[in-house]
Amino acid sequence: MSWFSQTLTSSIGKKLLMALTGLFLISFLVIHATINAMIFYNDGGETFSHWGHFMGTNPIIRTLEIGLVAGFLIHIIDGLMLWKSNRDARPVKYAVNNAAANSTWYSRSMGLLGTLLLIFLVIHTSHFWIPNRSNQFATGEELNLYQMMLDTFQNPVVVLIYVLGCVSLFWHLLHGFKSAFQSLGLNHVKYNGAISFVGTAFSIIVPILFALMPISIYLGWVK
Amino acid sequence: MEGNMRLSLKVWRQSNTDAAGGFEDYKLDNVSPDMSFLEMFDVLNEQLIEEGKEPVAFDHDCREGICGMCSMYINGRPHGPLRGVTTCQLHMRSFKDGDTIVVEPWRAQAFPVIKDLVVDRDAFDRVISAGGFISVNTGNAQDANSLPIAKEAADDAFAAAACIGCGACVAACKNASAMLFVSAKISQLALLPQGQAERSIRAEKMVAQMDAEGFGACTNTGACSAECPKEISLENIARMNREYIGAKFSSSAV
Repeated sequence: MSWFSQTLTSSIGKKLLMALTGLFLISFLVIHATINAMIFYNDGGETFSHWGHFMGTNPIIRTLEIGLVAGFLIHIIDGLMLWKSNRDARPVKYAVNNAAANSTWYSRSMGLLGTLLLIFLVIHTSHFWIPNRSNQFATGEELNLYQMMLDTFQNPVVVLIYVLGCVSLFWHLLHGFKSAFQSLGLNHVKYNGAISFVGTAFSIIVPILFALMPISIYLGWVK
Repeated sequence: MEGNMRLSLKVWRQSNTDAAGGFEDYKLDNVSPDMSFLEMFDVLNEQLIEEGKEPVAFDHDCREGICGMCSMYINGRPHGPLRGVTTCQLHMRSFKDGDTIVVEPWRAQAFPVIKDLVVDRDAFDRVISAGGFISVNTGNAQDANSLPIAKEAADDAFAAAACIGCGACVAACKNASAMLFVSAKISQLALLPQGQAERSIRAEKMVAQMDAEGFGACTNTGACSAECPKEISLENIARMNREYIGAKFSSSAV
């Protein structure tokens, strides 16, 4: 094995990949939340569709989208590999384990929260991204994503699934954001406070913003 | 005696590495609150010997919190309920009359049970052998002031060197990760001038050995540091990540 693949498959290397792809996916969330928040202009989807069209057709964005898919795949596959090796590291479990005394439940449940997010990701992309890209590939035309949102979020079960997805995202980010910096070795008395504050604020603001989208459409605030 | 406690114990018994283990229930009627946890086990073993039964095997040596031999997963926590304390320094006054106490060995692939509560921690020694040392020529010691060391670096190195290698970090970690131990050992040398010569290769080799032993990776839950009897800081793990990633991407070892 070359030194490079040896590094990336070591315990620390796997965490390095998780941190880098995690922070990359966080940067994606910023763009995704910002553009989707254009629906709150409540202008019949005009602003949203303008930017949606840009994101769906701009060649630079479309190229970066390949990187985004790769980022998701690496984060997911690497996460599953870590889950496997971490589970194998303790074949016999404790009969009594008071883990709550030394760590938070969500920091110990990143694999579970990530799996819930993966399930949500499959549902979410099959609602919007996959049909739209398939149609673009087949006909060269984009679908009316705004109308699709209005239709999809009439179903209360779908709205509930999206809200639960946002709840999982909140807990995943609450640990993941700060954890990424520690994995990268960025633990410094001058910056820890800022990382912690930004991480917590981000984890609260972004999932709430996302959750408000299906809720607002379902309740008819956004038409 | 007045004030003494009655306790129920559930202790993991396993005759050897390959045997199936299980919990045995024991009752102790006259436990002094001033006893240490290990002295309570001494009383239990006296009782077992008098009954003609096999005493419980457990690790111990100095019994003053500095050797790192004692272990025991007590009521779901390594070294029991107190912070910054080894099992030998835990006293029965931390428990109440009538309590049931569950005692298990460290659980990790890399720490196989030898007998009862004794686990094999040679994996730690092999990690140290891989690079946790400095090479110096023998001869007279240099003058103390010939190697200036910043106070902060000396303090951090000293705090990392306080690690006694007991393995509570591995026991507490949901992934049975040894990163707190290994990072403390890498840090104590990386921070000092004497450690510079082998700094890169040390990080590379110790981490490789840690992985080869079958310890898990770090999820940054902080359980290790919270349970560490020497309260080793998580900053050491961040430093190890920097040392390892930096060494891997810049050293000439391919």
